[in-house]
Amino acid sequence: MSYLDNILFAIILIVGFGYFISNIKKIYRNINLGIDVDRKDNSKERWRNMAMIALGQSKMVKRPVAGILHIIVYVGFVIINIELLEIIIDGLFGTHRVFAPFLGAVYNVLIASFEILAILVIIAVTVFWIRRNVIKLKRFINPDLNGYPKKDANFILYFETILMVLFLFMNAADFHLQYVPGGYPHFIQAGSFPVSQFLAPLFNGINNDAVAVIYELFWWLHIVGILIFMNYLYFSKHLHILLAFPNTYFANLKPLGEFDNLEAVTKEVKMMMDPNADPFTAPAAAEGEVPAKFGASDIQDLNWVQLLNAYTCTECGRCTSACPANITGKKLSPRKIMMDTRDRMEEVGRNIDANKGVFVADNKTLLNDYITPEELWACTSCNACVEECPVSISPLSIIMDMRRFLVMEQSAAPTTLNAMMTNVENNGAPWPYNQQDRLNWKNEI
Amino acid sequence: MSENLIVPTMAEMLAQGKQPEVLFWVGCAGSFDDRAKKITKAFVRILNSANVPFAVLGTEESCTGDPAKRAGNEFLFQMQAMMNIEVLNAYEAKKIVTACPHCFNTLKNEYPELGGKYDVVHHTEFLKSLLNDGRLSIEGGQFKGKKITFHDPCYLGRANKIYEAPRDLIEKLDVELVEMKRSKANGLCCGAGGAQMFKDAEKGNKEVNVERTEDALESHSEIIATACPFCNTMMTDGIKSKEKEADVKVMDIAELIANAQDL
Repeated sequence: MSYLDNILFAIILIVGFGYFISNIKKIYRNINLGIDVDRKDNSKERWRNMAMIALGQSKMVKRPVAGILHIIVYVGFVIINIELLEIIIDGLFGTHRVFAPFLGAVYNVLIASFEILAILVIIAVTVFWIRRNVIKLKRFINPDLNGYPKKDANFILYFETILMVLFLFMNAADFHLQYVPGGYPHFIQAGSFPVSQFLAPLFNGINNDAVAVIYELFWWLHIVGILIFMNYLYFSKHLHILLAFPNTYFANLKPLGEFDNLEAVTKEVKMMMDPNADPFTAPAAAEGEVPAKFGASDIQDLNWVQLLNAYTCTECGRCTSACPANITGKKLSPRKIMMDTRDRMEEVGRNIDANKGVFVADNKTLLNDYITPEELWACTSCNACVEECPVSISPLSIIMDMRRFLVMEQSAAPTTLNAMMTNVENNGAPWPYNQQDRLNWKNEI
Repeated sequence: MSENLIVPTMAEMLAQGKQPEVLFWVGCAGSFDDRAKKITKAFVRILNSANVPFAVLGTEESCTGDPAKRAGNEFLFQMQAMMNIEVLNAYEAKKIVTACPHCFNTLKNEYPELGGKYDVVHHTEFLKSLLNDGRLSIEGGQFKGKKITFHDPCYLGRANKIYEAPRDLIEKLDVELVEMKRSKANGLCCGAGGAQMFKDAEKGNKEVNVERTEDALESHSEIIATACPFCNTMMTDGIKSKEKEADVKVMDIAELIANAQDL
């Protein structure tokens, strides 16, 4: 046997993984455009959340139909990829089913479970496709998904189907050769192949060598397909299969109602309220120090967890379908907040790539060019979106940071809110009542 | 003074050298809103009848800063917070109860980092603990056998995971507690949170409170129980817009308990 196949395989593998890693580095760099936030505390609870929510899919099953189908595809994905190890060894060393002789009966069980999962994945993916394209569930036909996102979702389903079909037909050709009279070199009897044995008769009457070539073809298409799919992740919402793990690990552990207190504000308020503070002796800002900006108008003002959230979002739309503003026809869609954040982050990333590692101002911001104030002001801060997200994303934290920018940097609150804030400032209540009248209720009938 | 409510202030307590068991944080709605004042008084009637030594800040209380913070004005929030913390710390407040989930959430979660560390409970939790300690008894009275649904306030439920205390109290009234299709962690907002109470809604095809009122009406309840003065306003307005005022009442849990016993 020539070594050409093995060398070709090694090259494909290196190119496939190399390109993937170079893109993962870009994701890492882009996420680090965000400001720092400490999420290293309480690692025990963080590991537990990751195990329960990402690995255990605990929030997916809140919607049972989608949840159970998703678990099938997810388990199928994880388990069937064990087969990848064998494929890689076979490819590099020119072996055929290298594990079969060692594992014996276990190998039979493994291949059998891969095959059963493969057929279940095809069924689940078909139902997913029907939900998107035939039943047209509201969250899948929402305008957020117009254009590429809608195509992306279907591409993923087609890809998964093709990969599973290739896997099953590869096994079917193999199974056929295992039982041809007199056997076929290398094709040892490796197990029951419970699904592909029913496809094997398709090869009856075809010359053995031709079936072997067909087998090779399926084998190559399957592995190349997997590598292409892996590299497609970077361009797709499907990144969640990787990022759900860090995202659930680094998610907020505090009560959902607790919004962070801006430290920069605390400093200023303390100085304002300190009767001994002399504003003229306040230490001048250190040389070159950028004065603190309050709130967020662009992705660099968000923290890295919020940016990781944006890459993790798989656009399922559960958040939007639970959002009271969206349900009642307002423009706000929490899913769109996440999609916009990612789109802007990628735009900034491309700008950095094109300008030798430095971001050159492009006169655009996440605020206004992607997310409008109308969307931000429609939020009731009810946390339904945060509660719904199966991978612990918080669209609300981004909305709040952007409101802070609008109010504190631009004084651009709706006039009615300005009136409320003036009241709080002047008389300690959101309405124009005198603080001295606060206990009047006691004596009213 | 027709009702004989006993409402001492922290200043009066201090003058007598006393420290109350709990400080009742009334909140802006509870102090000024006509509908919410009734909730405040109902809660005080229960506290009085259970002989709970409590006190209010009275004219020394000020907005917690919640609506300012949710609107994005962190400066105003922190100024309010620090002024309130100064007052609370001066009185050495330890335990605080409030009938407003927004005040509750802010005092409990956002004040500690700014120097205000107290044991903060919502009035439904506090009433539950009185019940557990045998200091309060709850009877069904006029509500016995009625169908009641409970609307979860976002800042009590999802925000702080308190779902059971209000339900336990309602069940003590010998009523039929029915859940809306969206409840507990899946509960739908009334539309008031995030400072929406104080502004016009953005353009849409429906008001949030109407959507939520429809959930409540679908449950065929005679009473919508609330645990937040803002939810109460929103649900009351929703019922009015559906012209169901004659059939469906919106009442705070404190009012249900107080009225059941003719307090």
